[in-house]
Amino acid sequence: MSTSAPARPATPIGRAASGADERLTIAGPLRRTLNKVFPDHWSFLLGEIALYTFVILLLTGTYLTFFFDASMEEVVYDGSYDPLRGVEMSKAYATSLDISFDVRGGLLMRQIHHWAALLFVAAIVVHLMRTFFTGAFRKPREANWMIGVALLVLGILEGVFGYSLPDDLLSGTGLRIINAIIMSIPVIGTWTAFAIFGGEFPGEVIIARFYILHVLLIPGILLALISAHLLLIVKNKHTQFPGPGRTEDNVVGKRFFPVFAVKSGGFFMVVFGLTAALGGLVQINPIWLYGPYNPGLVSAGSQPDWYVGFLDGSTRLFPPWDLYIFGYNIPPLFWPTIVMPGILFTLLALYPIIEAKLTKDTAHHNLLQRPRDVPVRTAIGAMALAFYTVLWISGGNDLIADKFNISLNAMTWVGRIGLIVLPPIAYWVAYRLCLGLQQHDRQVLEHGVETGIIRRLPHGEFIEVHQPLGPVDAHGHGSLQYGGAPVPKRMNHIGGLGRAVKGFFTPIEDAAPRHDPALDEERQVELTGSGRPKDTEA
Amino acid sequence: MSTPASEEFPAGDARSGAHPGEAQPGGAQPMAGSPPVAGPGPSHAELAAMSREELVTLGGEMDGVRVVYAEPPVPPGSRLEKRAVRQVAASFLGVTLSVVAFVVLFVAWPWQLDYSGQGEGFDYAALYTPLLGLTLGSALTFLGVGVVLWAKKLMTYEVVVQDRHEGASPQIERQTTAATMLSGLNDTGIGRHTLVRRTLLLASAALGLLAVVPLVGGLIKKPGDQLFRTPWEPGMRLLGLDGVPVRPLDMRPGSLQTVFPPVEAGNRSADAVTMLIRLLPDQAQRYRPREGQEGYRWNDFVAFSKICTHAGCPVSLYEQETGLILCPCHQSQFDVTDGAKSIFGPATRSLPQLPLDVDNDGYFVATSDFTEPIGPAFWERSS
Ligand code: HEM
Ligand code: FES
Repeated sequence: MSTSAPARPATPIGRAASGADERLTIAGPLRRTLNKVFPDHWSFLLGEIALYTFVILLLTGTYLTFFFDASMEEVVYDGSYDPLRGVEMSKAYATSLDISFDVRGGLLMRQIHHWAALLFVAAIVVHLMRTFFTGAFRKPREANWMIGVALLVLGILEGVFGYSLPDDLLSGTGLRIINAIIMSIPVIGTWTAFAIFGGEFPGEVIIARFYILHVLLIPGILLALISAHLLLIVKNKHTQFPGPGRTEDNVVGKRFFPVFAVKSGGFFMVVFGLTAALGGLVQINPIWLYGPYNPGLVSAGSQPDWYVGFLDGSTRLFPPWDLYIFGYNIPPLFWPTIVMPGILFTLLALYPIIEAKLTKDTAHHNLLQRPRDVPVRTAIGAMALAFYTVLWISGGNDLIADKFNISLNAMTWVGRIGLIVLPPIAYWVAYRLCLGLQQHDRQVLEHGVETGIIRRLPHGEFIEVHQPLGPVDAHGHGSLQYGGAPVPKRMNHIGGLGRAVKGFFTPIEDAAPRHDPALDEERQVELTGSGRPKDTEA
Repeated sequence: MSTPASEEFPAGDARSGAHPGEAQPGGAQPMAGSPPVAGPGPSHAELAAMSREELVTLGGEMDGVRVVYAEPPVPPGSRLEKRAVRQVAASFLGVTLSVVAFVVLFVAWPWQLDYSGQGEGFDYAALYTPLLGLTLGSALTFLGVGVVLWAKKLMTYEVVVQDRHEGASPQIERQTTAATMLSGLNDTGIGRHTLVRRTLLLASAALGLLAVVPLVGGLIKKPGDQLFRTPWEPGMRLLGLDGVPVRPLDMRPGSLQTVFPPVEAGNRSADAVTMLIRLLPDQAQRYRPREGQEGYRWNDFVAFSKICTHAGCPVSLYEQETGLILCPCHQSQFDVTDGAKSIFGPATRSLPQLPLDVDNDGYFVATSDFTEPIGPAFWERSS
């Protein structure tokens, strides 16, 4: 086409790249990806932790499938765990024991898998809170918020199914309760439970059915949703906190390649490493201690995984209200286990739409908000957290009653009353706190940072010297407007104090000069008693 | 000093918490918002003559990306840099060492615990999993820490600004797309041919059914009366955990025993499992049966379903003194002396009672099945 066509690349890698581009026309999109800018803030890591733990779950879970047999067929255990030898149990339980005792490194994998599951849901929850309290869910990111809520619900379900697989006494008890919950649904409950369990509880198929849900269907949906979640982030770009140079129309941070990509890879390895160490060092779900499932047996103080605790709590607190309609029964179990989580998760999913409706906010938002700047939302969040926390603690109220020698009935009543009283209190406290913090920000902007220097005026009054943050007007009041970003509140936030010099035994760098003459010239103005510059010349 | 509200970007202060005199703009020169390259751009010859930095800058411009600050985090060749290099290298060495340790332990460490009780001293196999976790964890953590240190301490610290292009598409895109869609839709005639539209809707509904029917049809099981009965039948003896029929003299006052019907896998039955309780004399005195169930006890013996009427856990904690049965799952409490009535917690119904008698050979028998559904409630149960 032209005489000055680019020369063929000299290196083999260059030639391969050139060949790939000739076939895929990929150079442009690839460069755009490498150049994509990611904001730099620790709280953006929370979602990444959720992603990393999901990958860990895929890896360890696939390993477990090589040894696990999801069958309820009764066998006599003949493995190397002596206390259970000769005991009749399901194949699922027997192979779970085999993974723990007769597969080299199997116990490690089982425990990493379980720890990763706990961390996975925890990371989603904390990530969700970050998104909520900073307003990152606002237009144009409402859909991604909803995908996030779906991921949370599916993550919890996936965990419940996994917990049921080993068919030990604890997980069997969990299955029994799941069966009862399904049966409590009006009209269709009984038929649904029979369809899912293949007959009356426990039946012979439930482990196999949960297994295929656990290793194929739900991971598949999770994978698809996570991909959609990430694609939407690429499309919308990240939000960012307000700060110098940051506007609604830009992203300030680091390019994907190399720093961001390398750092992310490193964080993944750190998360994987810590999870692996947990899986090796801290025992989790020692199924061999529980024994095989038997509907007539139960162990006291049995606890579900943490993310189910709030449902356990709501079930314990709900009063014994039986409802009869035309001779049909709605058991009390229905309300705290189906209706309540149904309402909670629906409200959670719809929150972006509800808030936009109420505040009539139709604008595009790329800058995050500090929780204190949106007191109503922050207070709503605090209220929800209080509600959740009471439920969650009530899920272990027998343990607490036992530990502190309180009567169980008292614990239940504390929970019931707390559930109604504490959320409004949390709302009020959070609201006040937000206003107080806001006021302090404005104060510092107007009067400057407290320096800790006390001065005595000629007539004997003591005053504290304030360092203004910017130019001041004739009365010495700062003219800076609040910009939604953190306001420096201590002298070392604004470079008033040097940082420690690096080096363990001997200093390996020079201490920074105490006074920078260049800066002195524009900044060294003598301060008056109230912290105002004596004479502003410029 | 930079202030949160200032609009322009003071390059020297780009790094939050930067110290005066340390952070100086350097490295890449700031490029004041040059517009994206329009038109044909540089020719091949011009491109060939450009340096790598120039090409990077050009690519950035095309992507709306501007480097406003770039500086090596430590001065090249300084002691700080040498120390950072040593730290990264040490981490990577740590990876290799940990992996070697992991492999050696995996293969060579004793790993099968000895439960026979014959072994003496400490069983080193108990350390197998912890040691594997420790070495695997440290290998991965070392790798991660090394990589993060590398990125933080040796790669250029940069602050980059990228423009966003979002919000609604340009009007020309919107209108032409809308027109194209509507014109195509119009062409299908779906708006005009009502009959086509309606029959298509009907067909989609039918197809939806096609997706549901095989699944539901395959799964569905008629509950029938299964929830209303258990394996207990009149005259069946009550077997203990050891499979031996129970006699009155086997139990001391105040004791409780779990019993099963003599049927196949009865001891693993989820609905027949029953508690046989011998009341203390004073409890037997004040025992109040439920209405119509006066004859269900046999002297000071009573039998109740062990399956909680709340969510189906086995109720298993019996307090002899008070005659209270506690369910460990959600702490419902049942008063045995009051016909196992639920007195606290989320359960609403009494534990169903199994009518008792003693046969001619002196063994306990059930005189019938439970007279109401046992276990958790459901829609169709009417009392
Ligand atoms: C988001 C994802 C996941 C969560 C929250 C999760 C959670 C769990 C939990 C809590 C257990 C019980 C572990 C124990 O025995 O202590 C479990 C078991 C299991 N999981 Fe997962 N899991 C996930 C993904 C996967 C995947 C993707 C696979 C396979 C492809 C898998 C395969 C298994 C297997 C085979 C078991 C039974 C292991 C045993 O009983 O010893 N899991 N899972
Ligand atoms: S199952 Fe017994 S109280 Fe819930």
